[in-house]
Amino acid sequence: MPDGREKKETDRGFWKYEGGKTGLLSWIFTTDHKRIGILYLSSLAVFFVAGVTFGLLMRLELIAPGRTIMSASAYNSIFTLHGVIMIFLFIIPGIPVSLGNFLLPLQIGARDVAFPRLNLLSWWLYIAGGCIALLSLFTGTGPPDTGWTFYAPYSIKTGTNVSLAVFAAFVLGFSSILTGMNFITTVHRLRAPGMTWFRLPLFVWSLYATAWVQVLATPILAITLLLIIIERFFGVGFFDPAKGGDPILYQHLFWIYSHPAVYIMIVPAMGVVTEIIPVFARRTVFGYKAIAFSSIGIGAVGFFVWGHHMFTSGISDTSKVIFSLLTFLVAIPSAIKVFNWVASLYKGSIKVDTPLLFVIAFIFLFCIGGLTGLINGTLATNIHIHDTHFIVAHFHYVMFGGTAFAFFAGLHYWFPKIFGRMYSEARAKLAWFFLFIGFNVLYFPMFLVGWQGMPRRYYDYLPVFHTPNIISTIGSWILAAGLAMMLVNLIRSIKKGEQTGSNPWKGTTLEWTVPSPPPVENFEEIPTVTHGPYKYDEN
Amino acid sequence: MEEILHKTAEHHRDYTGAKMGMWLFLFTEMLLFGGMFILYSVYRFEFIAEFHAAAKELDTTIGAVNTLILLTSSLTMALSIAALQKGNKNLSLFFQVVTMLLGIAFLGNKYLEWGTKIHHGIYPNSEYLLSLGKGQVMFYGLYFVMTGLHALHVLIGIVIFVFIFFFTLSGDVTSDNTVKLENSGLYWHLVDMIWVYLFPLFYLIT
Repeated sequence: MPDGREKKETDRGFWKYEGGKTGLLSWIFTTDHKRIGILYLSSLAVFFVAGVTFGLLMRLELIAPGRTIMSASAYNSIFTLHGVIMIFLFIIPGIPVSLGNFLLPLQIGARDVAFPRLNLLSWWLYIAGGCIALLSLFTGTGPPDTGWTFYAPYSIKTGTNVSLAVFAAFVLGFSSILTGMNFITTVHRLRAPGMTWFRLPLFVWSLYATAWVQVLATPILAITLLLIIIERFFGVGFFDPAKGGDPILYQHLFWIYSHPAVYIMIVPAMGVVTEIIPVFARRTVFGYKAIAFSSIGIGAVGFFVWGHHMFTSGISDTSKVIFSLLTFLVAIPSAIKVFNWVASLYKGSIKVDTPLLFVIAFIFLFCIGGLTGLINGTLATNIHIHDTHFIVAHFHYVMFGGTAFAFFAGLHYWFPKIFGRMYSEARAKLAWFFLFIGFNVLYFPMFLVGWQGMPRRYYDYLPVFHTPNIISTIGSWILAAGLAMMLVNLIRSIKKGEQTGSNPWKGTTLEWTVPSPPPVENFEEIPTVTHGPYKYDEN
Repeated sequence: MEEILHKTAEHHRDYTGAKMGMWLFLFTEMLLFGGMFILYSVYRFEFIAEFHAAAKELDTTIGAVNTLILLTSSLTMALSIAALQKGNKNLSLFFQVVTMLLGIAFLGNKYLEWGTKIHHGIYPNSEYLLSLGKGQVMFYGLYFVMTGLHALHVLIGIVIFVFIFFFTLSGDVTSDNTVKLENSGLYWHLVDMIWVYLFPLFYLIT
């Protein structure tokens, strides 16, 4: 019935369908993957703004040596909160739970994920975890001051409210596991007829690889965090040398999860990038299978490199060499992706809209982040830069410059699909410009001061580092201005943007075949797929 | 609108999908315990003699009885699924109750065993335990944490069976829709399997 279809396009699709409940209840008790995606998107935005605020406070403290706006212990709490919020509440759930939830069923031709109610439960757990984390700030004996890594023995001995914060991370881990289980099953069971594995959009491949890492790595974090709580309450002594325990073992357990978690953060971002490039280059993606398998490759090798976080902690030279070698191996699938992206652009009819601008920024920043990662992974240089601002710069280049920029790219790319309206392109480009400049002004000086030996996590520094720190703090303001411009532009366009058709970018993946915003059941009829995802050959 | 709702995935039943989700969850359980097994291997390697000495203090009889109880409960669990698949609802309910009771018996035994240890002053961070030396501290630390975590899983299993019992009674779980019962069974067998490893590692290494 073509008439009904036309009508749906104007009746705002899933936004209007409340499923027997009204108002807020129709959101927080929904099992529609699209509504859950929006729930996550808005919650992520709130936590992201909180994390950014703490980051800005840290930078403000570091604008001059000595005490500027806060005490040393307040600084310790602020950087812990910045880390915990950004890692556990923003960047790990990040792309999969928001864009992934919204798009995975649409891209494989399904009506929902495999377990819609588990999907809702995982959002509730996420919110519960977030609330417990916030609770840990205002209750008990003060906010945790251990850093997001909760290293023993300090996390067991400190008097601050570590148990509650650790429990929050435990709950968030549960939420992450449920999402992973859900996505794996969805990809296996709910692909439309004809949607073979090698016709899947590459964003789906990246979500699939990520989901496996979530399922297989997160339980190790769960047990590690439980052990911290058990140690704090019962003093078993697993990490206490006086009782026969070994604090290094804590670091092993922690990084067995937390290094793969790095790939939980970056792999979906790479998926977003792969999705955007063919559309704006009007070319099929170069090396489909290489990109798909490199996602799996990164996920798999990522499990065996955790020791590179511990080169100065006291592990044997043999294991250092092995971990260093394996670390270098991760560079191979990552580089395969970068080369494929560039090759996909080559000879394309490139249209430089905001999503592509963010993608180009991603490739540039990710390359800097990735290549400095090799410097970190080299045994000799690692000793020089360990625990300095060089490391801080490195992981912000991959996490913020990489993952967050790809997230922004995806937000702009799928914005017309999600909301049925277009943002202001001129404002979006201006915001991108501020973000890109601000980002580099903020983080690049950290490479320099780090190389010169300024340690991370200190609220004070030697006068010789003063100038780069001033530059860096100014960069944080430019970046914040860019973020504000981007968010205002996007939020304003939800109501005021120009209406778009179902396919403003002329994309060829399945989500662009349904109206924008998509109707509640996604597809009137489940489509039958006859070709790969990026079909631009006839152009 | 009803028509639309029927199209959504929530209302379709996917037996294979449900099983797959459960297996993925079991992987996470294995890895959760896997973290503890890593700790066990490290400290066992470090304190071989002390672990042997400490294991002598554990009551092999209680351990063996508990092993027997859990293995039998896995049997009754499997029988309850088979009964339901053959359409015998009452027999299935009977075996579900037996499984639950065996789980409770296991926990009762565990309670007595822990109680005796604590009565003798052996519990984490106790003065007496600390005086025994580092190897003993690690052995009993692992003993309490690992069997405690396992007992928690047994307890969760029992709670699940209470739900499944009422689902079967109310007709939510039926002979053509056994997947909830089967998934609970998978969970129960995994908990059982973990005990099969815990028993020799703590009781039989003397």
